[in-house]
Amino acid sequence: MTRFARGWATGGRIGGAILLALAAVAVAAPWIAPGDPLAIAGRPLLPPFTDDRFPLGTDQLGRDVLAGLVHGAGASLIVGLAAAAAAIGIGILVGTVAGFFGGVADEALMRLTEAFQTVPTFLLALAMVSVLGASADHVVLAIAVSSWPATARLVRAEILSLKRRDYVDAARLAGMPPLAIAFREVLPGALQPVVALIGVTVGAAILVESSLAFLGLGDPNQVTWGGMVANGRAALRSAPQLVALPGAAVALTVLAVSLLGDGIAARLAPRRDR
Amino acid sequence: MHTRVGRLVARRLLNAIPVILIVAVGIFVLLELAAGDAVDAYLAGTGGDAAFAERLRREWGLDRSLVVRFLAYMEAVVALDFGRSVAVSMPVLDAIGQRLPVTLLMMGSAVLLSAALGSVLGGIAALHRGRLLDGGITVVGLVLNAMPNFWLGLLFMVALVVKLEWFPPFGVASLTPPPGFLARALDVAWHLVLPVLTLALTYMALYLRLMRGAMIETAASDWVRAAEARGLPRGRIIRRHIARPALLPVVTMLGLQTGNLLGGSVVVETVFSVPGLGSLAYEAVHQRDLPLIAGILLAGTVLVIVVNLLVDLAYAWLDPRVADSRSGRP
Repeated sequence: MTRFARGWATGGRIGGAILLALAAVAVAAPWIAPGDPLAIAGRPLLPPFTDDRFPLGTDQLGRDVLAGLVHGAGASLIVGLAAAAAAIGIGILVGTVAGFFGGVADEALMRLTEAFQTVPTFLLALAMVSVLGASADHVVLAIAVSSWPATARLVRAEILSLKRRDYVDAARLAGMPPLAIAFREVLPGALQPVVALIGVTVGAAILVESSLAFLGLGDPNQVTWGGMVANGRAALRSAPQLVALPGAAVALTVLAVSLLGDGIAARLAPRRDR
Repeated sequence: MHTRVGRLVARRLLNAIPVILIVAVGIFVLLELAAGDAVDAYLAGTGGDAAFAERLRREWGLDRSLVVRFLAYMEAVVALDFGRSVAVSMPVLDAIGQRLPVTLLMMGSAVLLSAALGSVLGGIAALHRGRLLDGGITVVGLVLNAMPNFWLGLLFMVALVVKLEWFPPFGVASLTPPPGFLARALDVAWHLVLPVLTLALTYMALYLRLMRGAMIETAASDWVRAAEARGLPRGRIIRRHIARPALLPVVTMLGLQTGNLLGGSVVVETVFSVPGLGSLAYEAVHQRDLPLIAGILLAGTVLVIVVNLLVDLAYAWLDPRVADSRSGRP
């Protein structure tokens, strides 16, 4: 194992550890910071480390910053994971059908993929949430709909290289229906490179979610890190930590996701050594 | 050569037609989901999701006029009539035309800066492969890539605008611009430093990775070994034989990143109050100005297509083999 591959393996472990810690915090949020994190809890604009009840201080409305950070972890992780899972799911479906069946289906689906790849991703997500209304479900839907093309292209390319193999012909001769061959015989072999895309997709989804929340398009009933940054912006001069802390939480989460993703990808392709 | 490039352009433009049509249809569907018809009025009182609304429309026979509505919409799109914006009270096309130049200036500078920084750092990392400097540059790239762009922009705001007062807090020009062309250009540049830097740094990591990987690959190639065998100076080999071919994927990525940068500029323009297309999108979204949202989405799509065409031309110029190949891109 070269030094660099070892570097990725260490990075992957660090990323995994950070993510596990974040997930634990998200699950334990009701015990770490009981009650509604959006409720007014104390005096407004308390600086951090001055009051034992509010270790990280309060915002302009007197809401507990630590409670917001802790409860925001769940929102960020769940939306990021759900959106990425849905995007990869759509991508796998489109890529498999296009690659395996070819012909008109391929042509039509690839035009569709190209169109979705051409529309600026964030503009599309922004437009969808604005039109459909700001809620966690719509944010997930918007991110999924705007970010599946990369997976679709990758899966299609893999399927194209696999579908002429002997075992596919064997399945066909055995009388297996085409859809079953596509999804049960060919697709599993095409999935390994998709794993390398998971980290990138989840990280991008979390960033889009936080940007939407920053622009005021997050779920209004949920505390989100992006929303906390947007709120803290008004007190940028007097209390910059209101912006710095939740933004750092987003950056840490995305960094952990990409470290873990790169670590897994490097492990799956050890010979490539990049 | 010229006919080949001409054919490349023609093929690209032909490919663009279905893309624009699909996007236009998609926008129509999206707007239909939001249209304020009887179903929406009904649902506003009772509540319900889009699927339920869709079912109600079918039950109430509202979908019958859909074809007619769709044809009228497509006719307007072809005639470049995007309707009137309520948010800025002017025709959508005029509003977009008014805001586009600032965004193009900002995005163009950011693309060039991020590609330049990314390729230089990626190149340095590749040349020091496996050593401390390589690891350091890779980590910096990962961290920058993980930062939300609005956060990086606000951190710059706190440090360089509020605390040190090095840069102006908002806009693209002073309220009373200085006299003379050069002074005014410098004034604009001064205002754009932080937005451009924010965009460039958050999108740099991709170029860095790409350049590093490509340079490691070309460094192991036969022609580099041949150049070494011929005893060419190391610096020349790095510049001509390793870095130059490795720049090709970076150039391709310039075009593919346009859409992402446009999305990023919505956020960054909002942070720095830059009056460009991005802040127009923000206004449109917040006032639910549907014609304006639709117009900006279409304009963004066309912009991405145009930039990709320009990148293809640049690519054909850098690598004449490209104009010959079928796909136009490797």
